[in-house]
Amino acid sequence: MRRRAWPSVVLLALVAIFLAYPLYALFEFSVRFPLTGNVSFDAWTKLFGGTDQSRLAPLYQGVVNSLLIAALTVTIMLALLVPTMIWVRLRLPRLSRIVEFCALLPLTLPAIVLVVGLVPIYRFISTSLLNTDAIWLCFAYVILVLPFAYRALDSGLSALDLETLATAARSMGASWPTVILRVVLPNLRTAIASAAFISIAVVLGEFTIARMLARETLQTGVMLVNQAAPQVAAAVSLLSLLFGIALLVGISFFTNRRPTR
Amino acid sequence: MSNPSTVARAVRNLRDGAATLPFFGYLAVFLFLPTVIVILGAFRTRDGVFTLEPMSRLLQPATLQIFLTTSWLSLASALIGAVVGGAAAYALSLTSITSTTRRVFTAVCSVLAQFGGVMLAFSFIAVLGKNGNLTRLLADAFHVVIPGDFLASVPGLIVVYSYFQIPLMVIVFLPAVDGLRVEWRDATANLGGSSLTYWARVAAPILAPSFLGCLLLLFANAFSAYATAAALISQRNIIVPMAIEGAIRNENNAGMDAYAQALATGMILVVALVMGGYTLIQRRASRWHR
Repeated sequence: MRRRAWPSVVLLALVAIFLAYPLYALFEFSVRFPLTGNVSFDAWTKLFGGTDQSRLAPLYQGVVNSLLIAALTVTIMLALLVPTMIWVRLRLPRLSRIVEFCALLPLTLPAIVLVVGLVPIYRFISTSLLNTDAIWLCFAYVILVLPFAYRALDSGLSALDLETLATAARSMGASWPTVILRVVLPNLRTAIASAAFISIAVVLGEFTIARMLARETLQTGVMLVNQAAPQVAAAVSLLSLLFGIALLVGISFFTNRRPTR
Repeated sequence: MSNPSTVARAVRNLRDGAATLPFFGYLAVFLFLPTVIVILGAFRTRDGVFTLEPMSRLLQPATLQIFLTTSWLSLASALIGAVVGGAAAYALSLTSITSTTRRVFTAVCSVLAQFGGVMLAFSFIAVLGKNGNLTRLLADAFHVVIPGDFLASVPGLIVVYSYFQIPLMVIVFLPAVDGLRVEWRDATANLGGSSLTYWARVAAPILAPSFLGCLLLLFANAFSAYATAAALISQRNIIVPMAIEGAIRNENNAGMDAYAQALATGMILVVALVMGGYTLIQRRASRWHR
């Protein structure tokens, strides 16, 4: 614990209020009747009671799609990144800078730019390979989550003595797939969990690509519902922001259990 | 070194390298190919002949104005974000790494910074919209009327953008301020320096490169942002990402695809320039974080 002066506490409190106030306003908006100021939890009961099926349909469909996309994205991301990163560390250290550069590259490419180039690719995917189902957004989303997932996995791998683990396993006769699946992976559990969590958060929050490719996800669903039922949209926004915060507080308990400095 | 072993090593290198093919292959299809499509498209006619026409349309006054507005919005929100977020990051660095304040604060910041452009826009409608909490408060208590279209104006966007820029600054600047050692402050004090001396002669020069780097990152972040503005503004394309959307959606005019690609190429140029600067500065700043 270092010096802790009161100005910094005041400052933190002010920033906290600035960050929390819109969330509170969102809640108030969801329960307050705009003209009279009466409080009613209609929006919340509609949301969970399912009494407004037809108007909220895009939202429910969007939530289902987003969850499926998140699951697919995490699967593809792990299948691509984990073996490659382990392999590069063990056998191709010279490639590690290139892999890192490529994995972090999407940070510098705005999603709106990426989607301009993805339009023809998705036209091909939906007419010749698969179909227009929203779940295939997962291919593009893997690119978006790559930098975040890479960082999470990289810090997990740096904490391991990969070389020794692999040499020990190899000298006992383990094949490379066995080394990766049964020796390294179990040691990477927390890094994999935090890579998955951050990926889920990014997928659930993505709007640009889904909107431009006209697919229905949580975000585009909220956007649609906002026109018909703004209070429900406010309730959903608040819920998903809180869900995201819970997800990331969860990550911090995984990763920061002991100070790593 | 005998010949067969060189060949054997080459074969092994090739086989080892093959294991990275899925990774690079995937990136080639979903990252490099789209980028190439955008850039090539900005320099070709529909028949595939080289042309500068789409790029020259970037120099039209209306398009220049859109780039200018986006830059100004990005710069203003980046400055606010960097100053306020930087100070908050410093305050946060005084708490212990495992404290609950820090956990919750960083988690909230990550969510606000990366998660919900659309949702942040909605929450600001709840604050400053026609029926917003603060709008009513200001009207009742001080008779200050917030114009109904405030959130759709550039100053309104600056306020909303700050709501994700400040948290982003907290996250990216926190490692830099965490790197400040208590010993340096003590050493300054031992040598007779005041708190002011410490800030002016020790902390500020150490933090300056990181701060500047983070400022650039925030600028690029605001420049690329689309969701927030899309949720607040309809019909008008006042920032580049919205102009791109307008160009893609416009199916009546055949030349609009190329225009979208030219706009996107313009964005790539701006963001690449800014992020290049960020990387250079960051490399210099990282000297103090070993």
